[in-house]
Amino acid sequence: MTTALAIRDLRKIYGNGFEALKGINLDVEEGDFFALLGPNGAGKSTTLGIVSSLVNKTSGSVSIFGHDLDKDLVKAKLQLGVVPQEFNFNQFEKVFDILVTQAGYYGIPAKASKDNAEKYLRELGLWDKKDQQARMLSGGMKRRLMIARALVHEPRLIILDEPTAGVDIELRRSMWTFLTNVNNEGRTIILTTHYLEEAEALCRNIAIIDRGRILENTNKRDLLNKLNQETFVLDLTCRLQEAPRLEGYGSRLTADGMLEVDVDKQRSLNEVFQQLDQLGVKVSSMRTKTNRLEELFIRMVNEDKNETGSTANAEGAQA
Amino acid sequence: MNSAIMIAFQTILIKEVRRFTRIWSQTLLPPAITMTLYFVIFGNLIGPRIGEMGGYSYMDFIVPGLIMMSVITNSYANVVSSFFGMKFQHSIEELLVAPVPNYVILLGYVGGGVARGLAVGVIVTAISLYFTDLQIHSVPVVVSVVFMTAVLFSLGGFINAVYANKFDDISIVPTFILTPLTYLGGVFYSITLLPEFWQNVSLINPILYMINAFRYGLLGVSDINLGAAYGMILLFIVALFSFSMRLLNKGVGIRT
Repeated sequence: MTTALAIRDLRKIYGNGFEALKGINLDVEEGDFFALLGPNGAGKSTTLGIVSSLVNKTSGSVSIFGHDLDKDLVKAKLQLGVVPQEFNFNQFEKVFDILVTQAGYYGIPAKASKDNAEKYLRELGLWDKKDQQARMLSGGMKRRLMIARALVHEPRLIILDEPTAGVDIELRRSMWTFLTNVNNEGRTIILTTHYLEEAEALCRNIAIIDRGRILENTNKRDLLNKLNQETFVLDLTCRLQEAPRLEGYGSRLTADGMLEVDVDKQRSLNEVFQQLDQLGVKVSSMRTKTNRLEELFIRMVNEDKNETGSTANAEGAQA
Repeated sequence: MNSAIMIAFQTILIKEVRRFTRIWSQTLLPPAITMTLYFVIFGNLIGPRIGEMGGYSYMDFIVPGLIMMSVITNSYANVVSSFFGMKFQHSIEELLVAPVPNYVILLGYVGGGVARGLAVGVIVTAISLYFTDLQIHSVPVVVSVVFMTAVLFSLGGFINAVYANKFDDISIVPTFILTPLTYLGGVFYSITLLPEFWQNVSLINPILYMINAFRYGLLGVSDINLGAAYGMILLFIVALFSFSMRLLNKGVGIRT
């Protein structure tokens, strides 16, 4: 299988001395739907900025479909479409012109540029806005415009930096469907997001980055298997005074009368319901307390902080 | 240039022309009004009292300088405001992620500046025809000098935009450097009127060479040797182009 993106020992030190990337390595295979997750300031945007040629790297290498950015920049860029976090189009240009201009930058002749622009504006529900200035669009429409712009030259690799930030749930879901279809066409997608349910719903492989280092890079199933315990929130038909004692499970009542139950991965959820039934407790509905990936993400980042902190303390003691 | 690069260049050029024609009331109309006032006040009202300058009526003498002044300020203003606007809105990133070589980016923006400079030059020339019978001594000199001057000041505008971080930064150079140099570059007077010391000082002003070369193209008179004028313009174009390419290749002001 072809590697869509290969990053080797990538480092970035900004002018103020801040080391944003500390030698990261990353491979994304062709056709993958890949999530790059990390807290604010972890190095996600710097990584994607270097891949998109918007940030100068300090050292290391980046290849897109085998084309090294240092040696074969034009061919590498032709494969790539970028949807940045912030709106970065000319607000005074018309929607259609923005897409046609972008296609022109990629050397696509006028007729094909216009055809592609129409295709993606229609697919993203913006065709009726084609003659409007971009500043007149709603926030959700502007996000879709940036996706259309990233696709207008038909790239094989698409990078989306927080594509659904500030978008309502309905639109987010429709964007998920659109991106899934794009991925099903064989195009590789790399996504960063703060909505971890988005990564869990869409992505097959996930890397977690924090403080300029990759903490984890594996497929979603293996990653979620690392989660040993899940907490379920049960909505009860009657309000209880105290949490029922469940053999082998941790349980507690929340302030609003919900019952939280901790279930280890090797134990069954059926047993919880059997015990509740025996105690005469009726459950009307149930949900997981947090998104599974979110739980894992928070745990890994916290572990990393603790490890970094203890290492720093040890170094401090030696000094 | 291969076809993809040619298309990219045309795309930038068309976008730039579309931009300044869309906001024609800010880009094309003001120089027309300003220059009309110059023609009326300096040419019609004050000019007859001044008499001849360089063997020509004062109106005839100032027309070439005023046309060049509009070309200089507009070619500069177009690139500095457009490129800085792209930086400010981050839409420059559209270009930076695309496979457009840096020299094409530069040529595209310079092309936009030249287009506006020439458009304004044509408008001001057309207006001047209401005030004087314009004669052309040498078409090749007129065309080449006005084109090269527009290129030179478009490059200047580009460098200004690269370094600019806020809107104030794009008005400092035109206000404090460009306008004084233009006014002192022989638009309104022949440097032969100055004492010898100030004549020599004037010779370090590059705009003097451009205005006089253009005046030679129209009237056939110049305070400056034509060869020296071409040499000076070419030298500045090469220097500013090289410097602009260096800035682009290093990503100054546009890449972190």
